This record gives sequence, C-alpha cells and structure tokens, in this order.
Amino acid sequence: MKKETAKTLRAFAIELVVYAALVVGYFFLVLHFLGEGLHQLEVRHRYTYAGVALLLIIGQAVILQNVTTLLLRLIRGRAG
Amino acid sequence: MLFPISSAHISPIYLVIVGFVIGILGGFFGVGGSFIAGPALRAVGLDWNFAVGTDLAHIVGKSVVAVRQHRAFGNVDLRLGLVMAIGTIAGAEIGAKLIQMLKRAGNVNLVVSIVSIAVYVSISTFMMWESRKTLRSKKRGVAAPATAATKKEDPSSFGHVTRSIQRLNIPPLIKLPTSGITISLWIILLVAFVGGLFSGFLGGGAGYIRMPSMVYVLGIPTHLAVGTDLFEIIISASYGTFTHAIKGNVDILIALVMHTGAAIGAQIGAISTQYFTGPKIRLAFVPLPLIGAAIVIYTLMTGHKV
Repeated sequence: MKKETAKTLRAFAIELVVYAALVVGYFFLVLHFLGEGLHQLEVRHRYTYAGVALLLIIGQAVILQNVTTLLLRLIRGRAG
Repeated sequence: MLFPISSAHISPIYLVIVGFVIGILGGFFGVGGSFIAGPALRAVGLDWNFAVGTDLAHIVGKSVVAVRQHRAFGNVDLRLGLVMAIGTIAGAEIGAKLIQMLKRAGNVNLVVSIVSIAVYVSISTFMMWESRKTLRSKKRGVAAPATAATKKEDPSSFGHVTRSIQRLNIPPLIKLPTSGITISLWIILLVAFVGGLFSGFLGGGAGYIRMPSMVYVLGIPTHLAVGTDLFEIIISASYGTFTHAIKGNVDILIALVMHTGAAIGAQIGAISTQYFTGPKIRLAFVPLPLIGAAIVIYTLMTGHKV
C-alpha cells in the first residue's frame, strides 16, 4: 500500500513538473497572441466576446483535463 | 504580466496558485470558491467588477474539470442539477433585484450582513454537530474508502428530518434514480432558489449554503451533492459569466491563467473525495461558511468590500 502511494505521489510530482513547463509555454505563446485580439473584441463586440469567453474557458477545461489525464497515463505507464 | 482587458498588472504565478487552491476546495467540497477568489483578485488591484465577473468565468472552467472527474465516479445527478439551475438563476436574479430595492430603502448592508453571519455560523455549527454525532455513532464500523454502496447509504444524524421532508407529497414529484430518491419538484426548486437568493445578496455561488441544503433537506448523499452542485454551478456560473461579460466585467485572460492552476487542483479535490466518507467531508466543510462569516464581519468593521 505504501509502495503504491509513493508511486502515485512520484508520478504526480513528475506530472506537475511537465504540466508547469507546458503552462509556462502556454502563457507566452497562446495568451500573447490571444491578448490583443480579445481586447479588441471586448471593446467592439461585447456579445461576441461574451460567447467567445465562455467557449475559451470551457474549451481550455476540456483540453487541460485531457492533457493531465494523458500525462498521468504516460508517466504511470513508464513508471510501472 | 499585463492583462489588457482590465489593464491590470498581475503575476501569472500568483493567479495559478490562487486557482490551484480554489480548485482543490471546489473539487472536494463542491463550492465555487468566490469567498477566496474575490478577495485574492482584489488584493492585487483588480477592480471589484472585474474580480466578480472574472471569478465567475474561472469557476465555469474549474467546475467543468471537477464535474468530469466526479462523473467518472458516478457522483453527478444530471437531472437534479438541471432542475436546481433553474431555481438558482431565478433566485440570483430576484436576490440581485431585491438588494437594489433594499439599498434604496437604506440600512440594507447591516441587515443583510447580520442575517448572513447568522446563517453561516448556524450552518457551520449544525454541520459540526451532525457530522461529529454521525461519526461517533459509526465509530464501531471499519473506516474504508467510499464505495458506491457507502456513498448511497451516507448516514446522517439528521436523517429522520430529511426523510420527513422527502415524504411531503406536493405534486409534481420527481424521481432521481442516481440519488436514489423521489421528492417534490417544489422542494428542489425552493432549495435552489434560496441558494440563488444568497448568491444574489452576497455575490459568488453560495455553494456553502446549497451543498449542505442538498444533503440535509433533499437527502442527497454527500458525494453526489458535491458533484451535482458543481454541475449546477457550471450552468449558473456560465449564465453569470455571459451577463457580466456583456457589462464589461470579465477579463477572460486572467480567468484562463487562473484556470491552469485550478484544473489540476479540481482534479485533486475530486479524486480526494473518494478517500473520505460523507460525514467526514461534511465535517471538513465546517470552516468554509465560517470563512464567509469572517469576510462579512471584516467588511462590516472596515467598510471595505473584500
């Protein structure tokens, strides 16, 4: 049981490191390009901005969850 | 980092950490976490209107992650969540209008603050009493991870009152096979409406009222109440995000950055519920309404809205 917990914690720690690297890349690339466009949309087309904002946050949620699940599967597969 | 929509300079690391903490709380307790996110965003200089709207957008994303995880464990009652969303939105709209009317009448802040403190402290005290009593009576049993069977049983020392409420045959009755109960539609709507009213009064999602109400009034097992509340939050927070975005109160870039931390936190929180029984989750929930009460007391004493 303890061995299993240690294995899970190690996999999770590796996942966090990989995830953090991905997130940093995400900040600099995606948000950098999205920033100005979204700002203009917010100023000029509020309703479209509201819809796009919702789609973005839901889309990111689905993608991030899939990324973390995939990462964990890969890391656990390699560790096991 | 400059966020052009709100013209705010905020460290993305700070946002990720705040998101992570709120994600864990949300995934574990089924709350939106506005009582932390609001003050945390205000603390770094974000305007109040942006803090409220942006927080709602982030709550949508975090709840999507947590609900998908809870759904995998069978902890989401979709039918109940959809019905509750109607009551919550109606309650929130009326709550917001009511507060405007009371504001014109004067002295509203003091009255609403005192009522909310009383409600928060009562919820905490009651939950502490109930969960400890239930845990004591269960003590002879073996502590085990929550299985599907133990989740549906979910004993409560308040169960006799809950069963009396469930027996109120006010048509139409609605069958909830996932939660294992049949109950009047009006009772569900009332619970959701009251949660929505508090949400309208105090801002945020008022999950610290709705989640206990689902357990003690409707008789939903705790694990299901957590997952279903989060599902309901997706709908009501999406509605709130849209209306706030139209009014220019949402900086989606801040929400997206916060959500990168919340996505991981929400998964940890949701997975953690599998290792705790219902009464233990309820006992751990006790400090949350107290934090809400402390924020209201601070607001009353200083005059600053945190």
